[in-house]
Amino acid sequence: MIRALTLFLCLIGTAALSESMKLAVTTSFHNSGLSDVLLPVLLEETGLEVQLLIVGTGQALRLGRAGDVDAILVHSRADEDVFVAEGFAPYRREIMYNDFVFIGPSSDPAGIANAASIEQVLNRIAIEKALFVSRGDDSGTHKKERALWQAAALDTETFGAWYKAVGSGMGASLNTASALNAYILADRASWLNFRNKSDLKLLSSRHPELFNQYAYLPINPDKHPHVNVEASQLFENWLTSSRSEHLINAHRINDEALFVFNASK
Amino acid sequence: MVALVPIATLKDVTVKRRGKTILGPISHGLESAGFTIVLGPNGAGKTTLLNALHGVERLSDGSVTWTSPDHASYKDQAFVFQRPIMLRRTVRQNLAYPLQLLGHNKNEIETEVMDWVGRVGLNGVLDHFAPRLSGGEKQKLALARALIQKPKVLFLDEPCANLDGRSTREIETVLSEVNTAGTSVIMTTHDLGQARRLASDVVFLLNGQIHETGLAPHVFEAPKTPEAKAFFQGDIVE
Amino acid sequence: MNEIWAGLLAAFHLIVTLDGDLVEITLRSLQVSLSALVIASALALPFGTWLAIRRFRFRRATIATLNALMGLPPVVVGLIVYLLLSRSGPFGVLGLLFTPTAMIIAQVVIITPLIASITHQAMRELWAEYHDLLISLNTSNRQRVLTLIWDGRRALLTGALAGFGRAIGEVGAIMIVGGNIDNATRVLTTAIALETGKGNFALALGLGFVLIALALLVNFAIHALSRTERHSTW
Repeated sequence: MIRALTLFLCLIGTAALSESMKLAVTTSFHNSGLSDVLLPVLLEETGLEVQLLIVGTGQALRLGRAGDVDAILVHSRADEDVFVAEGFAPYRREIMYNDFVFIGPSSDPAGIANAASIEQVLNRIAIEKALFVSRGDDSGTHKKERALWQAAALDTETFGAWYKAVGSGMGASLNTASALNAYILADRASWLNFRNKSDLKLLSSRHPELFNQYAYLPINPDKHPHVNVEASQLFENWLTSSRSEHLINAHRINDEALFVFNASK
Repeated sequence: MVALVPIATLKDVTVKRRGKTILGPISHGLESAGFTIVLGPNGAGKTTLLNALHGVERLSDGSVTWTSPDHASYKDQAFVFQRPIMLRRTVRQNLAYPLQLLGHNKNEIETEVMDWVGRVGLNGVLDHFAPRLSGGEKQKLALARALIQKPKVLFLDEPCANLDGRSTREIETVLSEVNTAGTSVIMTTHDLGQARRLASDVVFLLNGQIHETGLAPHVFEAPKTPEAKAFFQGDIVE
Repeated sequence: MNEIWAGLLAAFHLIVTLDGDLVEITLRSLQVSLSALVIASALALPFGTWLAIRRFRFRRATIATLNALMGLPPVVVGLIVYLLLSRSGPFGVLGLLFTPTAMIIAQVVIITPLIASITHQAMRELWAEYHDLLISLNTSNRQRVLTLIWDGRRALLTGALAGFGRAIGEVGAIMIVGGNIDNATRVLTTAIALETGKGNFALALGLGFVLIALALLVNFAIHALSRTERHSTW
């Protein structure tokens, strides 16, 4: 019992001692491998350890609201604006962007590869009733997908069994799409790093609507006095520096750039 | 110790199980001359009476009052059950257990344990696992574990049932010794020979009632009731 | 079949090279689950035993509740512990969320009913056996509980091992309250979930085999330890 208590106290101790901040990020930031490139360099140059909570945008926003993290890095503009308006973050700062891509079976039964617009891509899938896997987890990617259907004047509520909302992260959803040989909307980074592609193939991308802006939102100390403002400011400065710009732009998988740095310095 | 002295008063003592009365109601001034043997046919309530006297049986009604305050509490009494309850420990640890509960120190316990293990002849199995002992060894261990508490009153419920002649004699010897040394014994048995060898006085139970009591020679030689007479002659009594 | 083979190879490779990350998350898994086990046992063993020996008014209801709690969904436990430990929750000031301590708390909640229930089952039998003797020896409740726990320790070991198995293999709750932070709260199960998410099945499976091996190892180790007590074999 005494040993257990000692262990217990030690654990509390170590948790409180480390020089670090907690950052909630979307899956794509980690799955792309970018975090593994940036964070070690950050630690080396500044001594700051950033602890990542890899979650969907919806959960990242919740964690930020509750004050359980010091900052969030997400990609869902409308939600970010609400978040700032409610005072949970003093501002949002754009960092970089990547893009979404349409993945599907290599045989492309709906024929979206040569579609001229996103509207056409979505209509062809809907008309064909081709299997489509949706994240369904209120993440940034899911919000983006819903916005795209809406813009194409299609109501996901009316879809039949071919539209599968799996309620999972990007990776798990890609696994499902891979197993079903279904269409899916993914961020480019997650797709390129995904190792279980099977018969799936990138079919459609580079449409302007698929632009995906990442923004950094430090949590407002007025709302949560305990947040590590110094650390989150230090991280923001570093993340928007030339050093970071170089690392982000140079990060490639299969010789493809994943992110484009666009922070205002 | 040939004179009967009052030891306990039973007032309306009743034990019921599932609505069926198995003992009492008994109102009786219990007297003992030192070694009381409780006799009676199966189902007469012998075990229940002992349990009720010791307090491990919940009374449905009535009360037991011990005459001498020295006899009244659990720590002045010890009980050897018909089927000896072995702690899942070694013989040594079984013997030490009651003394550990009382907070005796280690040396004291060790001395007592070695003393009693010798008196009941269990030296050879001191570090054996108690639940694996033979029936006779278990009964001797249970007896030693009861006596190590130095009780003023010792209850025994058929301590020699299922034992061979030799083990029975060894146990009887120990019982006679402690009785001579001043411990009151209250014991049930089915063995009339054993009853005659040990008893200073007798309680004869029938149908949950105390049917006849008295000093052993009187009861055995001149029972007052026909049922007791028949029982001592080896007839079936119901 | 191919992927299982690749998983075995990955596990073999990780272990043979004594992969730094693997060692770290394995040790953390052990640290979290063993701490949870020790704390849960300290609560559940006396409580389960006490339930076996005491007769009180709501005993049946308590036992039924306990048995129902055995099936607590870990995800729900995780969510509740999260809400309690969140900065916006009642215990937010402690700053425990996303620390190994939070994971230990969640696992304690998950496995305490399990261990208490198994303890109660085992102790009920032993109590029936010891009842008359312990009453006759005028033992206090505390002495009864301690005697039963000591003499029934082998049966309790099984309960504790079941608890450990549930703790070390659990992912839902610790994912939520620990956050699966690299170098801080990542353990074997959350690492497996993460690698599966990346479609990295070989590595995920490799970690899975390490987890299974670890669980077996702990079981064997504890059984071997308890067997050295020659007298208590029955």
